[in-house]
Amino acid sequence: MYSEKVMDHFNNPRNVGEIENPSGVGTVGNAKCGDIMRMYLDIDENGVILDCKFKTFGCGAAVATSSMATELVKGKTIQQALEVTNKAVMEALDGLPPVKVHCSLLAEEAIHAALWDYAEKNHIQIEGLEKPVSDISEKEEEEEY
Amino acid sequence: MSKRIYLDNAATTQVYPEVLEEMLPYFSEIYSNPSSVYTFASEAEKAVDKARGAVAELLNAKKEEIYFTGGGSESDNWALKAAADAYASKGRHIITTVIEHHAILHTCEYLAKNGYEVTYVGVDENGSVRLDELKAAIRPDTILISVMAANNEIGTIQPIEEIGRIAHEHDILFHTDAVQAFGHIPLDVEKMQIDMLSASGHKINGPKGIGAMYIRKGVKILSFIHGGAQERKRRAGTLNVPGIVGFGKAAELAKESMLSRSAKETELRNHLIDRVLNEIPYSRLNGDRTNRLPNNANFCFRFIEGESMLIKLDMLGICASSGSACTSGSLDPSHVLLAIGLPHEIAHGSLRISLSENNTIEEMDFVVDELKKIIEQLRSMSPLYEDFVKKQDGEHEQIF
Repeated sequence: MYSEKVMDHFNNPRNVGEIENPSGVGTVGNAKCGDIMRMYLDIDENGVILDCKFKTFGCGAAVATSSMATELVKGKTIQQALEVTNKAVMEALDGLPPVKVHCSLLAEEAIHAALWDYAEKNHIQIEGLEKPVSDISEKEEEEEY
Repeated sequence: MSKRIYLDNAATTQVYPEVLEEMLPYFSEIYSNPSSVYTFASEAEKAVDKARGAVAELLNAKKEEIYFTGGGSESDNWALKAAADAYASKGRHIITTVIEHHAILHTCEYLAKNGYEVTYVGVDENGSVRLDELKAAIRPDTILISVMAANNEIGTIQPIEEIGRIAHEHDILFHTDAVQAFGHIPLDVEKMQIDMLSASGHKINGPKGIGAMYIRKGVKILSFIHGGAQERKRRAGTLNVPGIVGFGKAAELAKESMLSRSAKETELRNHLIDRVLNEIPYSRLNGDRTNRLPNNANFCFRFIEGESMLIKLDMLGICASSGSACTSGSLDPSHVLLAIGLPHEIAHGSLRISLSENNTIEEMDFVVDELKKIIEQLRSMSPLYEDFVKKQDGEHEQIF
């Protein structure tokens, strides 16, 4: 069902964990659908992503896409990180089964959510970054009417 | 990969060697069509007759009330669609439950689109059908009540005898989907007042692609598969003789071994349940603690998702299943787990273990030992667990 690369990232996920006092943190997805991703970023004053960590509640593909996404943004500038799309994550994993494509979208959104948090904290605007739609806190608010 | 530990017997079972052996001659030696005239045909006919008797015996039914079908799903479809058709002049209302197998639920949806009304009765927190709700749902135009004998996911055994009594007090036809129960727990169509019953071969160590429907004498449902005059003109198609023979043998073995087998399975199951609940924090058992299929255990582990658990178990050679959305191809977790009142995020972390008499205590111990490690590992990377731990720490700070 999964490619070797997906299985590798699921079994040996890279960059699992938390970053204390992160530059930005974003959580996307919702428990209803069974996938939640949280991405932590440590960004230096030049806008370079020094470190990236994640925690994920979800299926094998959700874990693997989170792991791969952290690998792809580490060491990149913010602008380069924005180019890490769901397609890029999927390609790096040698593809995903069709029903799991939404996991890669979630990984892209997790990066965006963490960057959005960073931008808000620093009162800056990141060109080309839109407010992520599936932010978990938003969803929860919606559920409360 | 280490030795395989197969714990998905609710999905399908191994064809027992005795069953296979019984089937083999009916492929290339006694390959005759039992409906033919010549003597060669009667050998196959006799074998089919014997198998029909074995299936009937497991139900306390008459031989001529058993009809062979292509499997449990066909039996369910036949029962519902044909009964709806046959009794439409009396009414167009059907009662079933929220925890049925999709072979029933999707058939009901089909009927609802075709002029029938369906009431889905709820269940309690253990997955037992609410009888008061069932009684309240009965209307003058109710023609059929269909309630499964035991649930395929959480194993809860339903009060079939009471439901049969209620149905007949109101002169309503009663069907039960007994695919998971048949051959595993005692069933008696007389005592339980069952009018129609669906059963399947491959859940009792028989072959796949063969099932049966019991239809009480006098119940006027017609053919679902149209064609030849097989099965007393009620189910067309050349008989699947090897399948029927295998099903019959499996039914015979199931009847002989039911007591000892269920005792063994119950022992294994209880050992597994006790250890999981005692040793794995934030775990729960789904379904009734005792009133459940002997071979079924269904758990939820909070903060983790089922598919990732299954992949890790698979790497150890352990075959199990989950009601998580990711394993069903939809976004929603198991309808059964939601029906017993579990929130989505807990329902996503479910694990169904359906064992067999051939499993061992050592295997159960191995599964629990490995499960503990897997769950700890998955929780260590779960944002839900992280939030839970932080919230707890916060509460501690407030208290002290």
